[in-house]
Amino acid sequence: MSSSPIVVRVKQKRIAELISSGRRLDGRGLTDYREVKLEVGVIERAEGSARVRLGKTEVMVGTKIEVGQPFTDVPNEGVLTVNAELVPLASPSFEPGPPDENSIELARVVDRGIRESKAIELEKLCIEPGKKVFIVFVDVYVLNHDGNLIDASAMAALAALLNTKMFNYEVEGGEIKVKPGYTPLPIRDYPIAVTFAKINDKLVVDPWLEEEQVMETRLTITMDKEGKICAIQKGGYGYFTLQQILEAAKIAQEKTEELRKLVVKG
Amino acid sequence: MSKRKPEKLIDENDVRIDGRKLNELRPAKIEVGVLGNADGSAYIEQGKNKILAAVYGPKEVHPRHLALPDRTLLRCRYHMAPFSVEERKSPAPSRREVELSKVIREALEPSVFVEYYPQTSVDIFIEVLQADGGTRCAGITAASLALADAGIPMRDLVVACAAGKVEGRLMVDLTDLEDKGGEADVPLAFMPNLNAITLLQMDGGLTIDEFEKVVNLAIDGCRNIYTLQKEALKSKYIAVKEAVEE
Amino acid sequence: MPVFYERKQLVTPGDLLAEGDYVVGENTYKDNDKIYASRVGLVDYDVRKVHVVALKAFYVPSVGDTVIGKIVEVSTGGWTVDINAPYLAMLRASDVLDRPFKPQTSDLPSIFDVGDLVIAKIIAYDRTRDPLLTVREPGLGKIMRGQLIKITPTKIPRVIGRQGSMISMIKKETACQITIGQNGLILISGKTPEDERLAVMALHKIEEESHTSGLTDRVTEMIKKEKEGVEHV
Repeated sequence: MSSSPIVVRVKQKRIAELISSGRRLDGRGLTDYREVKLEVGVIERAEGSARVRLGKTEVMVGTKIEVGQPFTDVPNEGVLTVNAELVPLASPSFEPGPPDENSIELARVVDRGIRESKAIELEKLCIEPGKKVFIVFVDVYVLNHDGNLIDASAMAALAALLNTKMFNYEVEGGEIKVKPGYTPLPIRDYPIAVTFAKINDKLVVDPWLEEEQVMETRLTITMDKEGKICAIQKGGYGYFTLQQILEAAKIAQEKTEELRKLVVKG
Repeated sequence: MSKRKPEKLIDENDVRIDGRKLNELRPAKIEVGVLGNADGSAYIEQGKNKILAAVYGPKEVHPRHLALPDRTLLRCRYHMAPFSVEERKSPAPSRREVELSKVIREALEPSVFVEYYPQTSVDIFIEVLQADGGTRCAGITAASLALADAGIPMRDLVVACAAGKVEGRLMVDLTDLEDKGGEADVPLAFMPNLNAITLLQMDGGLTIDEFEKVVNLAIDGCRNIYTLQKEALKSKYIAVKEAVEE
Repeated sequence: MPVFYERKQLVTPGDLLAEGDYVVGENTYKDNDKIYASRVGLVDYDVRKVHVVALKAFYVPSVGDTVIGKIVEVSTGGWTVDINAPYLAMLRASDVLDRPFKPQTSDLPSIFDVGDLVIAKIIAYDRTRDPLLTVREPGLGKIMRGQLIKITPTKIPRVIGRQGSMISMIKKETACQITIGQNGLILISGKTPEDERLAVMALHKIEEESHTSGLTDRVTEMIKKEKEGVEHV
């Protein structure tokens, strides 16, 4: 039964009816997130890692740092690359194969939040201008899909970056020599994504899988630590009115602050 | 080979490099029904953007197993020609093109009555022949016309326009230089008669207040382009009518 | 109860046509109390009903329609026919042969082969199955000669004209046999290629100017002028 993307019609009606009266099937309020569990440093081989459980959705992110060439138009900056995999074991609807449009969209939305908020101080990752810089690989690995992969992935990515340590080095005769010790990856901002689902013309945050299957459309708003919007992505087939979008932005302001406290602990 | 970037994108009188004011759209030319084989087609030039859109369908779905039992399957391919940008782009679909193909499809689908023709497919192709910022918006505008040209029943035309913030000023219809050198870019697609926003993305940094202003600029831009869209759709028929009914 | 356009005005999808207690007609849809156009065409109001005569639309099969189609596949029980619609149509052997169909002894390609053109009638169609055709009626069957042209299906009523006036005039003036498929395909068979050319010209003119008035006169005039021009050569 679970492999069918079609939600049983009776349940679909129930979810929508409840939401019309301000409640959700799992008991949450319209602006409540599911429980967030965060662990960092779970993969020792990675330079940084984190695992987020958002309700039953589970996402693991690992970061790796390598040395490579900068982009020609920003020769003094390190490079950020975000990739996402919807691993087949995470859901009966994920098939093995090259990244499809969903995993590409997920990666690019997570990337946008980090990149546009300038969270990583990429200027500090330059080893030799124009020739050698650090490349930060952020790999998002979805382990269980129970809705709202974007927010879970964004939180896990941020936590993994905060957990990332780079080896100390010095440049001797054009060669990089590793020295003992590590320094944390220089991070200056903490972007957080908040995703809304529109169901029966109402907005709910953090849709779980069955809500996603009945929703008309979704909106993700990513904000930086100052409450500025740094990324937006409307996804799915329906539409929003301007009023709904502005309402979502206001709710997002509050929610991103709440979630940020969970990720950026002392 | 890369051009030298200009020092400033806007001068002290709020005039942009191409002479436009902050709330001015690039001049646009739209033609409908330009391709012989496609069921529907449209071509748009907007500033330096040159974009062609074509629609095939509704028709039987290939491969068969993708057919949906209760509605039309809408497919969309946004693609940039290798010669469309400054540095030749590889013809293979990039991750950006994959994402844009998805959001463009999601921007157009709310306008189509997909329930009318179950088990069929409608394929939308957008080819960017020359790019200068705002191609997904111009592509949506053209694709929506191609759908109407194919006689596919629709709730409304979908029109799209981007707005953003460059060197501290809020403005509409950013060129590639303005997008790259600016602080924020917000592409938006709109069904004007239903007040429905079907595409909304953003990258950059805006306060909520700035965001509201920028979105309103984009919507105004959309309404302007919508007038051009409708004219383009009607122009062929109006020309014939005027010619024969003296 | 307001209407927002005059009769026969050109409208585009999404145009608000009327508000209030109106009935939805062809190529329109209702949202709350508002009726909008769903295709490009000429709007018309008829007492309580609003509809749009679409200028461009594909053919949607309708039971009872005569259509012209092309055989695209031969299978064990019949043929698959392209009728210029979103759905391929089926022609079963039993709807062709007068005698009982025996799969082992019937050689279907010898009756209709891939690439053949047929005139057929739609005997069944609904949302759950592909349209079903028959050729077991007088006037239906394989097309052996003539020229085929394709026009937008919505213009077929204009080609026929009020009580057949337009098509009768064209047949008479060009001395051609003309078979009209409701699906936009028209078969022209004349005594000379010149006659057929005249008919094709007339039909294309109707397609292009179908939304204008005074068309019948202009088409008649055009055919007469062309015939005079040819005779003088």
